Amino acid sequence: MALTTGRSLLLATLSLLLFCTIWFLLPATGLVSEQFLPNPVAVLERIVTLIGDPFAGATLPTHLSYSFGRFFGGFLLAALIGVPLGLMMGWFPTLDALATPLLDGLRFIAPIAWVPFAALWFGTGVGGPIMIIFAGAFPPCVINAYQGARHVDVRLIEAARMLGTSNIRMITQVIMPAAIPSIIAGLRISAGLGWQSLIGAELIVASTGVGFMMVQAQANVATSTVVAGMVAIGVVGLLIDILLRRFERAVTRNR
Amino acid sequence: MGSIRFENSGKTYGNGPGAFLALEGVTLDVADKEFVAIVGPSGCGKTTCLRMVAGFESVTSGRVLVNGKDVVAPGPDRAVVFQQFALFPWKTVEENIEFGLRNKNVPKGERRDLVQGALALMGLESHASAFPHQLSGGMQQRVAIARAYVLDPAVLLMDEPFGALDAQTRVVMQEELVRLARVQPRTVLFITHGVEEAVYLADRVAVMTRRPGRIKEVIDVKSVRTGEKWDDLERIEDVMDTESFVHLRTQIWKSLREEKIAAN
Repeated sequence: MALTTGRSLLLATLSLLLFCTIWFLLPATGLVSEQFLPNPVAVLERIVTLIGDPFAGATLPTHLSYSFGRFFGGFLLAALIGVPLGLMMGWFPTLDALATPLLDGLRFIAPIAWVPFAALWFGTGVGGPIMIIFAGAFPPCVINAYQGARHVDVRLIEAARMLGTSNIRMITQVIMPAAIPSIIAGLRISAGLGWQSLIGAELIVASTGVGFMMVQAQANVATSTVVAGMVAIGVVGLLIDILLRRFERAVTRNR
Repeated sequence: MGSIRFENSGKTYGNGPGAFLALEGVTLDVADKEFVAIVGPSGCGKTTCLRMVAGFESVTSGRVLVNGKDVVAPGPDRAVVFQQFALFPWKTVEENIEFGLRNKNVPKGERRDLVQGALALMGLESHASAFPHQLSGGMQQRVAIARAYVLDPAVLLMDEPFGALDAQTRVVMQEELVRLARVQPRTVLFITHGVEEAVYLADRVAVMTRRPGRIKEVIDVKSVRTGEKWDDLERIEDVMDTESFVHLRTQIWKSLREEKIAAN
């Protein structure tokens, strides 16, 4: 049974409140020490402080903007290469047979495994982190575009064929629009994985960004700063997803 | 100019002991500007016949020719109107009709004129910028017919085009098609399981046998239609009430029933 918007909003608020209460009570009752688990109020204070005062060379918004820039670069690259590749694999059987075994193997390699090569090939500045995000964001772009292309209603393909549609127009005018819901679902997964990989990438290679800030905080045993970083990552990740969902609604409006 | 020729055409799916013989020795000629309907019991392979002309499926024996040339692949010279419309849901009515012309690289001005003509022909002017899902089934099928007509195809292939429509809409569309056949005659191959529809629309009706499908007999309707002046009657029910219509319908129905009984 579907819930009304008001009801699901209420339940969401309840679960968040319950989570925060337990989070608050654990250190407050002395069950765990504050050093192990900083309480939510301290974290909130820390976030407010970090917005104005720099830590590890920059304020939280500045770190976030660096992180977001890297994420966006890698994600965009993954989408621009992955989506067309997936669509073409869905239409050309030869390309499918060539690329699928390779991609099936590559996608099981965790993005973080590319760290040494990313640093070696593209440096620790801009290129390296972008490559690691790319490694995380690329597979869902390809796979979803491919699946979307494979599942286009055969009647639409036949209609296009009898109308004398060329391969290029078949992909851009028929397969891509038909696969849009699947492509966007892929972009959402891809954004999630890309954003996660970014943090991994920054923990190791970057000299700015939220990940870097968290490593510095960890070294100083500033646990509330670490959690502040986690919260910021979660919130920005959520915002990215909301943005993509908006985009999804906008493009699938006329279906 | 457009003619269709089935020359001892056969279709087998698969091979070896699991092979499935769908069509065997289909022979039929459709002349230029002639409207031929194929009726047959369900599963007899009538749709397969159309799909072979369209180029969606290949013959496994014999030949299928359009204008004397073997069909090898689908193409805009053989426009298809599908039972399920198959319009592009993300394109407007106008864009759907324009799609085939863009494929042919028809210049913009000419394209616009042709689309306007097709919209007017099917009474779709006020729906030009609507999306398919905003239209009724009958309207969507008008768009599909316009999309086919605008390409000026050699032959028009209609695969149970009104099968998905409700009874009233179907009647309107049948009358519409008769009108179209008068103002812009085309070579049409029309697949249906409706005997009345076939008699009302076609110049000749081909009855198919049960599987493996063959052409059992071809019944001439045109001579009766002209002789009995059906075209002077305004409405479909008036035509269907005439003795000549009833006679033809019964003749075809009996022929079809023999196949249905034999199939069971």
